[in-house]
Parts: sequence; structure tokens; C-alpha cells
Amino acid sequence: MIKLDSKVPEGILAEKWTNHKFEMKLVNPANKRKYDIIIVGTGLAGASAAAALGELGYKVKVFTFHDSSRRAHSIAAQGGINAAKNYTNDADSVFRLFYDTIKGGDFRSREANTYRLAEVSNNIIDQCVAQGVPFAREYGGMLSNRSFGGAQVSRTFYARGETGQQLLLGAYSSLNRQVKLGNVEIFPRREMLDVVLVNGRAQGIIIRNLVNGKLERYSAHAVLLATGGYSNVYFLSTNAMNSNATASWRAHKRGAAFANPCYTQIHPTCLPVHGEGQSKLVLMSESLRNDGRIWVPKKAGDTRPPNEIPEDERDYFLERKYPAFGNLVPRDVASRNAKYVCDEGRGVGGGRAVYLDLSDAFKRIGKDGVKDKYGNLFEIYENITGVDPYENPMLIYPAPHYTMGGLWVDYHLMSNIHGLFVLGEANFSDHGANRLGASAMMQGLADGYFVIPYTIGNYISTEKPEKVDTDGSEFIDAEKNVDDTIKKLLSLNGKHTVDEIHRRLGHILIDKVGMSRNEKGLNEAIKEIRELRSEFWTDTKLVGKAEDLNLTLERAGRVADFLELGELMAVDALNRNESCGGHFREEYETPEGEALRNDEEYAYVAAWEFEEVGKWQLNKEPLKFENVKLSARSYK
Amino acid sequence: MSNENLSLTLHIWRQESSKSVGSFEEFKVSVSPDASILEMLDEINNGLEKEGKIPIAFESDCREGICGTCGLVVNGHPHGPLPKTATCQLHMRNFKNGDTIYIEPMRAKPFPVIKDLIIDRSAFDKIQQAGAFISFNTGSAPDANVILISKETADASLDAAECIGCGACVAACKNASAMLFVGAKVSQFSLLPQGQPERYKRVQEMVAVMDEAGFGSCTNTYACEAECPKGISVTNIARMNRDFIKAKFISKEVEV
Repeated sequence: MIKLDSKVPEGILAEKWTNHKFEMKLVNPANKRKYDIIIVGTGLAGASAAAALGELGYKVKVFTFHDSSRRAHSIAAQGGINAAKNYTNDADSVFRLFYDTIKGGDFRSREANTYRLAEVSNNIIDQCVAQGVPFAREYGGMLSNRSFGGAQVSRTFYARGETGQQLLLGAYSSLNRQVKLGNVEIFPRREMLDVVLVNGRAQGIIIRNLVNGKLERYSAHAVLLATGGYSNVYFLSTNAMNSNATASWRAHKRGAAFANPCYTQIHPTCLPVHGEGQSKLVLMSESLRNDGRIWVPKKAGDTRPPNEIPEDERDYFLERKYPAFGNLVPRDVASRNAKYVCDEGRGVGGGRAVYLDLSDAFKRIGKDGVKDKYGNLFEIYENITGVDPYENPMLIYPAPHYTMGGLWVDYHLMSNIHGLFVLGEANFSDHGANRLGASAMMQGLADGYFVIPYTIGNYISTEKPEKVDTDGSEFIDAEKNVDDTIKKLLSLNGKHTVDEIHRRLGHILIDKVGMSRNEKGLNEAIKEIRELRSEFWTDTKLVGKAEDLNLTLERAGRVADFLELGELMAVDALNRNESCGGHFREEYETPEGEALRNDEEYAYVAAWEFEEVGKWQLNKEPLKFENVKLSARSYK
Repeated sequence: MSNENLSLTLHIWRQESSKSVGSFEEFKVSVSPDASILEMLDEINNGLEKEGKIPIAFESDCREGICGTCGLVVNGHPHGPLPKTATCQLHMRNFKNGDTIYIEPMRAKPFPVIKDLIIDRSAFDKIQQAGAFISFNTGSAPDANVILISKETADASLDAAECIGCGACVAACKNASAMLFVGAKVSQFSLLPQGQPERYKRVQEMVAVMDEAGFGSCTNTYACEAECPKGISVTNIARMNRDFIKAKFISKEVEV
């Protein structure tokens, strides 16, 4: 059994972080340069952590599998980033952002973490503006805001539909400054394949150099994983092709607990699946729901083109069911309802799609006004579908997009392995069972710029990790472990390609561990994934060599891990006999078809401890709510 | 959306490593018009793997035209024949049945081939590390609305900042010049009040590293703008040149 100590400080919620920053121990500025920190991943969380720790004087080594740290998948985030600035004078506050986030997450996150996220949100905007991030502005020169799902205030800062790109390039610029100053060293085209523990502490990593295939060892006083989420377990998702769970999963197999793996977010506004050869799904930013209205025909099987369907024969189902929030309900609610209308036979564009219609906005602010706000999204749409969205409503359907689950961390962002910190989407901590729009970038940057710089110092000065040599037996064993797995993969000479197995895994998961789940389906999924896993390890075919650039081998290692993680997602979903946020169990719904939580029995974090492949032990961290009243989420 | 498959003849660049000699390999394929060109390559690779052959090495990540990872030269055009389109966004419906398509890596001396269609663009990172930042430490920023920036200025800065760092401008240029890439970054900061303190130092340091990396000069053919998937304007090159020349007349830090 793992001891799960959340380390949430005592005291009043609004003062916890401030007081704790004072209580935590410091590393004297001159001593910081004696400490090496490894960071894996260069997205918003990794890049911002690397920059901030470099500025403090730590010696930082950063690893990315990309050719450049600027290409991490944060770059593709579109819509925006939340902050409780209240620049729009619409009664926003830190507490309201905290409350919206914890309610949006269906009361399954830690109060103190979520509050801290809201608290530092304002610093993030200041930080990014000072870096030269060209956020959208009003004519008078002030920053502009828009609204996102799950909120009734306008608190989202944005740069057209490319906010992630601009924020990541901002963090990348700060990172580059530290490279020039000699505090940070970047290692591109490297993939982390194991974490090395010395006396139970994370002190190093094993890396595969993706150009020459050689294994490399690196040691440090602490290891930070900022390696993103696991939506690609579904094969088709909005994540980039190379996004994967391998770093997190290998850490999990070394003892780090994996929390709430069944909390996955299926984003409502994505382009529908068009065919079997498709490699990924593309998101249309949720910001479109500000001005777009979602509808389907009232009649099932209505095949008329959208402009021939009169107003009174359209069902604006979100506005009808949730008049208070309308099209801006949280993502899980919007997705599930899109699925329901399609299940009823009212889907359009072949059956698995709904309309996202901006014609009211065209009338109100004109096509140029719409173009100014969402121009690049319209281009993406036309480019992919070949259909002009200025003339026809967009076809959209939900797609896997974000994973709220991840490695378990305490208030310091440290996993149960001492010295192993987990940041951004890779951890589980802030979003509960559902993440609100424009909160992922907020969390990535909060963790990197404003949390880890404090907590890492406390770890170093409290636990005093020693410098270790990479010639030690722990490094030799870990490297051998990685090498054995690579050899085993390359020896496979069956008939299926890696992608074929991955695609089949995706089908199982989206059908049975997707937008809605039930006991029967989950039991089937577990059985099918186990069978698929053994098929993978006996009947896949790999080509190429270990010591070479080998893309097939890279994918094979990731799919091998997905085949284990996928099972844990189903195990977790089966254990959680309630519906909450993105985890919807058909057995547990209200008479109106909404998620029915069971706070008595399930107000806990499910932190799974790895025992052997296909076998885990459940550890529970109870969630205490002292500042918000647990209530059924209502967006009506 | 889908029509009948297209029958195509492909000539794809194969090169085992940076040191080996490469050549085109021919493939005959039948592909859905809804597939992207990268999905077509996925399909070919799946087939090659099944036959135990080494798949074509190519890179891509977001497949939404924003990460800048992909970047193939298709029929002589970086990112293919469509304007303002990254390779991953190029769908096969833009080709005709019976077409012959040449696919090769972006070629430039500072971008050596690593394998097949994968190139090394680390020279771009080195230029950015030379000065593409605003020097201040985390935690010291004033309230964001203290700095007022007109909408026009912010928009112009964002127009420049949209560069995805793919390298198409270099591949399009007969001189392998990186001026559009560097000019875009210089402009993003030169246009903003936050970028002013280091404006003239920045441009000189970035240009020095750009020259060192072996990128050529700009001779105003505008091929870079024509091929840029984000439509970055050559006016950014002009702005960089103005800053660079002005920097020669003033001290590094203080505008006199």
C-alpha cells in the first residue's frame, strides 16, 4: 500500500498557498547552481518550468522527442487561457474561477490545488504579456476577453485561434534565454524510456537517442515529467501523432501511482471521422460556441440540406435543455448530448455529426467580424473538409481531446516517488473529472512558472538528495531493462503492423470506455484489451534496427504501453460506480439523464499502484470539501 | 465527402543517412481524395511494414498546420502547390487521377538530411537562442493592462508571430535565405513596447548567428512569402533590415 499524503497545508483556503510559500524551505541562491534538474517534455509545463528554474540558477537539462522544443503539442491549443482578472467588470474573482473549475470538474478535484490554480492565473497573463505574447486587444489598447464553456463570465484571454502557439513560443523564448545564459541545456530528438530510482528517489532517466538509436543515461537531483496526456490511447484523438503516455507509464511501473485514469475528456467540437485511413481528428476551438449554435433536425432521418430546414424544425438541443448556459455548457455535457441526438437517429452528415451554425453571428457582426475572431479555424475547416463554412454550417462531433487523469501528485506536484515531480496534463491534480475550456494552458503554465520553482527548493533543502553517478547499478539495470524491451519488440515477426493493433485498441476504448460506459462493456473491454495485448506481443511485425532512426520501433514502444494503460482505464471506470464529469456510467444517471455522483462512496482519488502487468492495487485519497458545497451540477 | 480513389505515381526521396547518396523510389498507389498527403504516406508505410520493408521516414506531429514539424517539397513546392497550406493540410482531392507526384525533403545546406524526408533544422533554434526573447525573470511582471498596445499593433505583431518555424521559406529561396523566419521573430518584438529595450541588440545577435549557420542573403524574389504556410509577409524582412541598419548607427542598448 502506498501512503498518499496530499500535503495540503492547514489554514484558510485563500491563505494556504501564500502561507505555505513562506513555510517551505529555501535553497540559497549560490547553492542552486550545484543542483541538476531533469525535465522531460517542452510543452507549456516543461518549457515554463525549465525557464523558471534556469532563472533561479538551477542547472537544468531538458529532453524532448521533437526536433525542436517549440513543437510540443501545447502549440496546437487554440481557444484561450483563463484568468480571474475581472477586466470585463462582470463579477469575476479568484474564488469564482476556483468555484467554476471545481464545479466543472464535478467535485472530484482537490480544493487546495484548484484554488491555487485560480490564484496564480492572473500572474500568468502578466508574465505572458511581459514576454511579448501578442494577445488580442481592444481598440483602446486593453486586453480582450471572450467566454468559454462552464462559465458565465468573460475571462478567457486569447490570440486568434492560436493561443497555444503564442503561449508556447513565449515560454520557448524564455527557455532560449536560459540556454544562452548557460543554465539550461536542451536535448532534442530524445525519448525517455525509464526513470532511475536510487534509494527510492528519482535520480535519473534512460533516454533513447532517436537519431542513432543509442541509449543514454542522465542523472540529477530531481526529475520532472511534463509529458502530457494519454488521449492517443484512443488512436483517433485531437492529440498530435507523437503524443504518448510512455514516460508516465514507465514511471508508473517504477512505482508512481496513476490516478483517475478513467477521467478522459471527449471534446464536443471536432471534425467528424471521415474514413478508415484517417490518422487523427481535428479540433474546432470551443470558442466557436460563443457565437455558434449547435443543432440537429427535430425529425430523425431528415436528410434535407441545412438551409432548407426551417427554423421551427430545428432542435437547438443545448439551448433547449440548458437555457442558462445554452451552447456554453461544459464539454462533457455538450459531448454527451451530441451523442444522444445522434443515437436517436437525428445526426447529420452521415449520422455521426451535429451542426455548429454561425449564421446568427454573420448577421450580428458580419462575415468580417467572424473572420477576425475565428478566421484561421474557418480555414482549417474548409481545408480539411473541402466545404466552405461561410456558406454551410460546420459538421462537428466529439473526439478524445484531454485526459484529466494522470500520475498522482501531492500539493507540491511530487508523485509518491520522492524526487519525481509531474507537471501539466501528465498529472491528475486540478481538473477533477472534467476540465473546463481554457484551463489546460492555465494549469501547464501555473505548474511551471509559479508552483514548481517553490516546491522544488523545498524538496532539495528538506530531503537533501545527493549527486549520483550514472555508472551505478541502478542505471545499469534500468538501461538493460529498456534494452531488453527494445530487443523483444524488434524480434516480433508476425503479421500485424503496430498501427493496426493501435487502431483496434482505439475502437475498443472509444466504444466501451468512451463517452458513456457500463459494467458489461467495461468487462468486455478488459478481456478484449488483454487478448489484443497478447496478440501484439506475439503477432506484430517490426522492421529496422535498434541503433538507427526507427519510427516503427518508437511507435511500437508507445503502443505497448497504451495496451497496458487502456486496461487500467477500464479497470478504473469499472471500479467507479457513479457518473461524474467525463466518466459517465449508464447505470448511474438522474431521471433527466444527467450524471449521478455518489459522494458518499466515491469522493476519492483512485490512485492505482502497479503490481504486475494487468494487476493493480487501489489506493484511495479521500477528497475533503470545506469551502464548496457538494451539489448536483446544474447548467439549466 | 468521398469520391472514387485516385491512381497516382509517386517518386519519393529515399536516403539512408546523412552520409549516404539518395535517390527517388517509385510507388504506384490508389488513394482516397479525402486523405491528406501524410495519410497517404501512412498507408504506404503500413504496406511496406507488412512486407518487412523499411518504411519511408518522414516527420509530422499536430497534423493541423501549427507545429511546423512536417515540411515536404511536393512537386517542387515546399508544402505543395496550395498557398498558405502546410504539408499535413494538403489533401489528395487537390490532385487529379493519373497525376505523378514528386515528394522530397526541404533542401538547404543548413538543413542536412537525416534520413529519407527528415531534415535537421536545429540551426533555427540556434538563431532563436541568440536573442529571440525579452529579458526578464518570472514573477517580476507588472499587471498586464499597464502596458497598453493598440489593436493594430497587437495584430501586426501576431501576424509576424504566427510563423511555425517549418523552414519552407529557406527551401523556397534560391539563396537558402532565412530572412523571412528571422524577420518575423525580430518584427514580433520590434513592434511591441516590451521589445524595445533590446531591439537593436536582438537583431544584430540573431543576424550574426543566421549568417554563421550558412543561410544565404535575401535578393527580394519573394518566393518565401509565396510558399509560407502562414502567409508571413516580406515586410517583416524590410523591418528587420531597417532595424539592422539603424543598429549600426547607434550604440547597442540606447537609441540616440
